[in-house]
Amino acid sequence: MSLRLKNISLPLADFTLEVDVEMRGPVTAVFGPSGSGKTSLLDLIAGLRAAHSAFIQLNETVLADTARNISLPTRRRGIGYVPQDLALFPHLSVRQNLLYGRNSRVADQLFAFGHVTEVLEIQPLIARGVRELSGGEKQRVAIARALLASPRLLLLDEPLASLDAALKEKIIPYLARVRNEFRIPMLCVTHDRFEALALADEIVVLVNGQVMQTGPVAEVFARPANAEVARFVGVETLQPGRITGVHDGLAAVSIHHVTLTALAPAAPASAVFVCIRGEDVVLQRDTAVSSVRNRLPARIISLRPEGALVRVELDAGFPLFALVTRPACDELELHEGEIITALIKTPAIHLVPR
Amino acid sequence: MTAVEWQIVGFTVWVAALSMATVLPFGLALAWALARGNWPGKSLVETIITLPLVMPPVAVGLILLQVFGRRGAVGGFLHDRLNLDIIFTWRAVLLALSVMSAPLLIRSARVAFEAVDPRLEQIARTLGAGGWRVFFTITVPLAARGIVGGMLLAFARALGEFGATVMVAGYLPGKTATISLAIYENVQLGQDAHAFRLLGVSVALAFAAVWCSELFLRRNKTRT
Repeated sequence: MSLRLKNISLPLADFTLEVDVEMRGPVTAVFGPSGSGKTSLLDLIAGLRAAHSAFIQLNETVLADTARNISLPTRRRGIGYVPQDLALFPHLSVRQNLLYGRNSRVADQLFAFGHVTEVLEIQPLIARGVRELSGGEKQRVAIARALLASPRLLLLDEPLASLDAALKEKIIPYLARVRNEFRIPMLCVTHDRFEALALADEIVVLVNGQVMQTGPVAEVFARPANAEVARFVGVETLQPGRITGVHDGLAAVSIHHVTLTALAPAAPASAVFVCIRGEDVVLQRDTAVSSVRNRLPARIISLRPEGALVRVELDAGFPLFALVTRPACDELELHEGEIITALIKTPAIHLVPR
Repeated sequence: MTAVEWQIVGFTVWVAALSMATVLPFGLALAWALARGNWPGKSLVETIITLPLVMPPVAVGLILLQVFGRRGAVGGFLHDRLNLDIIFTWRAVLLALSVMSAPLLIRSARVAFEAVDPRLEQIARTLGAGGWRVFFTITVPLAARGIVGGMLLAFARALGEFGATVMVAGYLPGKTATISLAIYENVQLGQDAHAFRLLGVSVALAFAAVWCSELFLRRNKTRT
């Protein structure tokens, strides 16, 4: 798939949505906080909204080009759209909903009715009314309805936001199955980083209508382009620091009175944000020699369980967070107030210009 | 009930139903345009539509008489070019009933259209539906309650119309006489027995219309 969005400009209430990206991933997540223009972007792609200026191209088809006065009507765009509120037609049965966008010409159908309903496990629901469905069932019916209209691209607006944690875990595999079974490109809007990690190959970070960063998910999460992205993708430790020297590709960075060694950033800058992910911080009792450059004596401020993990808040001369497993926490006999050694490998410290 | 009375009742119901059929297509189109569109002159149109509800019916009748009379703008054209007369024919009754009852249908259909979530219409379009298909398979069914409610109200209003009708159609037995006109005429002539029989029919019709609308609303409620 290739979805090109060029020169997009759409004035919204508090800011102007400005986008210039090309999406290639099978599944791309548009990731950003609530109210950053994500849904407006989907509406624009689906042709439900007109922009000031826009050039939108899906594979070889130009969907909209304000410069040439081209705007393909929504019904001809071949874009499946599952909005956040799902928009199932309340006066129709599940079957009628599913068949609403079905093209009568069999040759034009990409996906078989039986196949779609089987993959999403909605066969038992077909005879029911829409009002009799649970949240997760509605979600699957809405996705199936969009697929059965044989779209070339599927837009999902916050597919998991309205579901509780237990249901989310159930829906994610369905979305993965849709991706794998039907090989349909998906563009999925989310403000939840775990959702983005679970679903997407590529990610577009959108904050206040501006694209902050694009790239493979892991890349963006590990190497946020700026502090805003870093904060948003949930890097546990994010501290302002200063590069005091660069030598052999290694940078000495000082945070308060502590000096760390990091890989020197490509762009020269002295004021930086230091990003360290919690899972990259190792806690150690003894002082054995290792390859780790950054060894910091740190006081344990608090221990907070988070599922199978424990979030350890440390004072290493600056606030530092570590994520360790519960058994590790027990084995090390971590207690609040005591001093421990925190190890951070050089490549795990990511510097973004401030 | 005499044959003449039956004729009057039949004519009234027939012409009221015909006025519904006449008003429905353009009334729905106008209601939809008012609910969804944002165009210049919208509030002016809204006001004009509401006028027949608040103006004296006789005054509305006088306006229609001026416009559709042989010397009026529209009436003159129809008479000269098509040899078609409106005033003092059954067409005048149809005209008066339509103008007087249309606002009720339009207003209630408009509210019903406004209550339909535009998101549903948008998603129907992403599923490949064109404007007409969206309108008839999504918008109208979801607004059906308000539309039918408005139609029943407008029909009941048409059955009882008096002021505008008497101005443009007069009381011509067998030609333009409706129940309301006949009741008035009979009372004027002291033929109370006739008037009371028609009164009975009038009450029965009104009762039936309200009963139907109640039944309809209740059935809708249990379905939701």
